[in-house]
Amino acid sequence: MGINASRAARGTGYHLFMIALSVIMLYPLIWMFFGSFKEGSRVLLNAGRLLPERWTVAGYVNGMKGFGGIRFTHFFGNSFYYAVLSTIGALASSSFVAYGFARIDFRMKKLWFACMILSIILPYQVLMIPQYVLFRKLDWINTFKPLIVPHFLGVPFFIFLVVQFIRGIPIELDEAALIDGSSKYGIFPRIIVPLIKPALTTVIIFSFYWQWNDFLGPLIYLGRPKLYPVSVALKLFADPQSLTDWGSMFAMASLSLLPLFLIFFLFQRYIIEGISSTGIKG
Amino acid sequence: MTSLFLAFTNYDLISAPVWTGLSNFRKMFLADQKFWKSLGVTFYFVLAGVPLRLAVALGVAVLLNKKAKGIGLYRAFFYLPSLLGGSVAVAIVWRQLFSTDGILNSMISSLGIPFHFPWYGDTRTAIWTIIALSMWQFGSSMLIFLAGLKNISASYYEAAVVDGAGSMQKFRRITLPLLSPVILFNLIMQLINSFKSFTECYVITNGGPLDSTLVYALYLYRRAFEYFEMGYSSAMAWVLLVIVGILTLLTFKTSGGWVYYESGKAG
Repeated sequence: MGINASRAARGTGYHLFMIALSVIMLYPLIWMFFGSFKEGSRVLLNAGRLLPERWTVAGYVNGMKGFGGIRFTHFFGNSFYYAVLSTIGALASSSFVAYGFARIDFRMKKLWFACMILSIILPYQVLMIPQYVLFRKLDWINTFKPLIVPHFLGVPFFIFLVVQFIRGIPIELDEAALIDGSSKYGIFPRIIVPLIKPALTTVIIFSFYWQWNDFLGPLIYLGRPKLYPVSVALKLFADPQSLTDWGSMFAMASLSLLPLFLIFFLFQRYIIEGISSTGIKG
Repeated sequence: MTSLFLAFTNYDLISAPVWTGLSNFRKMFLADQKFWKSLGVTFYFVLAGVPLRLAVALGVAVLLNKKAKGIGLYRAFFYLPSLLGGSVAVAIVWRQLFSTDGILNSMISSLGIPFHFPWYGDTRTAIWTIIALSMWQFGSSMLIFLAGLKNISASYYEAAVVDGAGSMQKFRRITLPLLSPVILFNLIMQLINSFKSFTECYVITNGGPLDSTLVYALYLYRRAFEYFEMGYSSAMAWVLLVIVGILTLLTFKTSGGWVYYESGKAG
């Protein structure tokens, strides 16, 4: 009895601690969410207060009006547009290149693979400037192309992830397909793609999520407010000089996180597996 | 395969502007005060932030590595900030958290002492608000640690208990050595990522006050896209690459002393 009681007490203590930690971790997010229902001018008067004194959706209504005559829905549209397109690009190119690395022998394959791994470690800042110079020459500044097209040329991290996954598939399946008359190009859609669906799901999730959150890329390449994605629009919206209405600020911030929340709760399993097995930075 | 080769032609276009003379480097090392300042800030940020974040991640991972109700939920809660942490929305909330009339100060005030410390206005604390934000995102390291912990065979712990080891001893003599490859991996990943951090500083403090949060990536961005000194900023980018490379190598070289690989087990 005594042992059981102390074990139960320890269990309760454990859960209390974990719950307290969860609350601390989530508090800023919860605060923002409730803040979005507060009256704009009153959000910061009593910042320690969590729940609104008076609930209102004015923040959402006003926030949606956006700024400079551009509605916030437009910024959301921009974000979706290039996040979805670049995700499609990343998916197609990375899986195809990964198949090459995993299954096809070509000259200097090891060297190319090493180069690819190196480019994962390479800081983005090193690529940023030459890319900018290149895209400027191509006259791609102020279009979505610099943010989308590179993804169609393969994303090293995703290539690596898919290569690792394909290596786990028994080569006998490929050989059987070859005997049955399939070509190397036929194996890819018929055998490999159906089997790497979990890896591809991980690619889709992280690609979309990175693009949605990307800030530096749009900041560099998109100079016109009409092209801004949500991330850059939010930053402008939050600039102190132009802002008094914190209610709508937090309303739009909450909305910008909504797609990420949805992805997280729908695909939690893939996300956690993806990180645990490859060390993707979340 | 075309896409692969194109991916590498991108690569080569990059190195073209880099080798344009040494004058950029001379200016950077000898004349640019801000370069050294930003380097100092970044090192401070990395050397204080990364170990703290890893320690928290490891501690929480150990706590989560058991069978109890609600573990999945806690794990999700702890991980969520890492997933959202890079977004501008979070950076904006963070600004409110530590502002003069912000959440933290009003919480302290509500205890009875009026408290209006300007966390961002003070050169000593401003960087710590950014470090706090990076600590808040310990989730991804935590998940990797958790995966590593799950791989440690329970028989080691059983043997240790038979030998009379307490829980601290078990942690120090079994968990840490067996987890050391994972710690090394996390350390390197976090090192590399921390040197790159940009959005947080750009949105929250924009480098201020008095450049106390001017991290390297932010300074580089300014040089490139506010002053349009592409050559200079490219040179800076390569210095960054060399620094990160050297640090990574050093970490690997010294790792022989503390990383333990289980013999007979590949990887």
